[in-house]
Amino acid sequence: MSRVMIPLGLLVAGLAMASLLIGPAGVGAGESLSALIAGDGGPLTLVMREIRLPRMILAVMIGGSLGLAGAAMQGYLRNPLAEPGLIGVSGSAALGAVLALQTGLAGAFAFGLPLMALAGALGGVTLVMLLAGPRGGSLTLILAGIAVSALAGALTSLVLNLSPNPFAANEIVFWMMGSLADRSMTHVWLALPFMAVGIVLLAGLGRGLDALTLGEDAAEAMGVRLTRLRLQLVLGTACVVGAGTAVAGAIGFVGLVVPHILRPLVGARPSRLLWASAMGGAAMVLAADIAVRVVLPSRDLKLGVLTALVGAPLFLHLILKLRRERI
Amino acid sequence: MTLLTLTDLSVSLRGRDVFRDVTLSIGEGELVGLIGPNGAGKTTLMRAALGLLPFTGTSSLAGLSPTERARQVAWMPQSREIAWPVSVEDVVMLGRMPHQATRRPSDADRERTDAVLDWMELTDMRHRAATRLSGGEQARVLIARALAQDTPLLMADEPVAGLDPAHQISTMQTFAKLAESGKSVLVSLHDLSLAARHCTRIVMLGEGGVVADGAPAEVLTPERLAHVFHITAWYRDTEDGPIYQPLEVIR
Repeated sequence: MSRVMIPLGLLVAGLAMASLLIGPAGVGAGESLSALIAGDGGPLTLVMREIRLPRMILAVMIGGSLGLAGAAMQGYLRNPLAEPGLIGVSGSAALGAVLALQTGLAGAFAFGLPLMALAGALGGVTLVMLLAGPRGGSLTLILAGIAVSALAGALTSLVLNLSPNPFAANEIVFWMMGSLADRSMTHVWLALPFMAVGIVLLAGLGRGLDALTLGEDAAEAMGVRLTRLRLQLVLGTACVVGAGTAVAGAIGFVGLVVPHILRPLVGARPSRLLWASAMGGAAMVLAADIAVRVVLPSRDLKLGVLTALVGAPLFLHLILKLRRERI
Repeated sequence: MTLLTLTDLSVSLRGRDVFRDVTLSIGEGELVGLIGPNGAGKTTLMRAALGLLPFTGTSSLAGLSPTERARQVAWMPQSREIAWPVSVEDVVMLGRMPHQATRRPSDADRERTDAVLDWMELTDMRHRAATRLSGGEQARVLIARALAQDTPLLMADEPVAGLDPAHQISTMQTFAKLAESGKSVLVSLHDLSLAARHCTRIVMLGEGGVVADGAPAEVLTPERLAHVFHITAWYRDTEDGPIYQPLEVIR
């Protein structure tokens, strides 16, 4: 366990430090850190405390919770291709955000956008739970998730389609790419309670997910309450994905690729994968957020674009490896 | 003491009665073979008894809390699903879950796991990924998992299907040993000789209910085999127990 967790912990700590120290201000490490900690009220303190610190914290929170939710979702569905977005929450949160941008609520009120996105996530998860029913199996959950995702996607396209103003459409498209740039500590405080609740719900799933390795029947006979487990999974995922999408937009591939990469390193047990995957997710988003600043500093490269660009080939590589092993 | 009592148990699935009014009780020290043709409801009967399916009537297990039930009965489903490449040892240790307050295994958990790995001849492969083993080896891992649960009653749905003859016999001998030690086993089987040789009692399901329930020789009569299974069978009582060889289908 610690064989994997210690290196991952060190990686996250190193990347978090780098995330604090890398930026267009171009100041030395010692100076930056003393401005962050001591805080003389100067412009550098402002940069560190209001720009880089929230950015780093959000990367850890969002990456970590996406990794955790991905590992939980894969464990529940016993499918390495599952990801947190499967239950339709990211799609419906995006719809809420898009409506906020389109109606001008986002401009009129600073937290109109994240609050609308949270409301969208809540609406999406309620619809999924209603469609899937209280006792349905994993298949009905997937189908309900696909239905809600499709509906949210269609409505988002409809909003774009009917948008009378090309600037609003442009803004929506860029927002949907996902980014951590220009976020403040208020965004952190807004997302934190939802993330905390979601992480507590998801972290408690370990034993049930381990038992599910042997199928739903065997798990239930081992004392796992499947209905409760599913509710905990869906609500936990909805909290973290909804809050993450609300403050940073859609960031894909983290919840899919990270559990997949780390699974062999933890002996494949779903309970051990949960925390490892949370660390891995934090590391991936931190690294991606550093990369968008370093690769094209002048062009505002979006975080979601980068995670997808890196994630897709990585995933292809994993599929090819799996195919070779099967033969 | 009875470990399982079913009273007037009836199950309908999608509007069709699978069986009606099954009354059955299993006491300590019994190895009960559940036999019947495909579709007779062997799996359904066991799942309903566990409370995993809706039914009418009563089952002494269905009212227990999930954890309490898991301490009373271990269930080995027919589908041999192992979703992730978890080590053999980890799969077997899962059987200890109903006894564990925390995720950290106790000395008793380790002792029990070591013992069942030894019984099922899995000690050499304990660190291998269970998904990389052959079908028969995986079946033994799952039997070991159920044994690790260390419950008064074990229910197993066709546990010897897909095992080689040696492991079929040794698995049945393990169940017989459990029964001798005062525990009970309810096991569905298709092999009539295995059932007749090892079980202390046979329950024959068919025609929507229990057709016969009693000692193997009393239950496995040519008339019942013809009537319920639609077969003729060659039968010989040997020193090592009875042998049934199905011969022909009666159409």
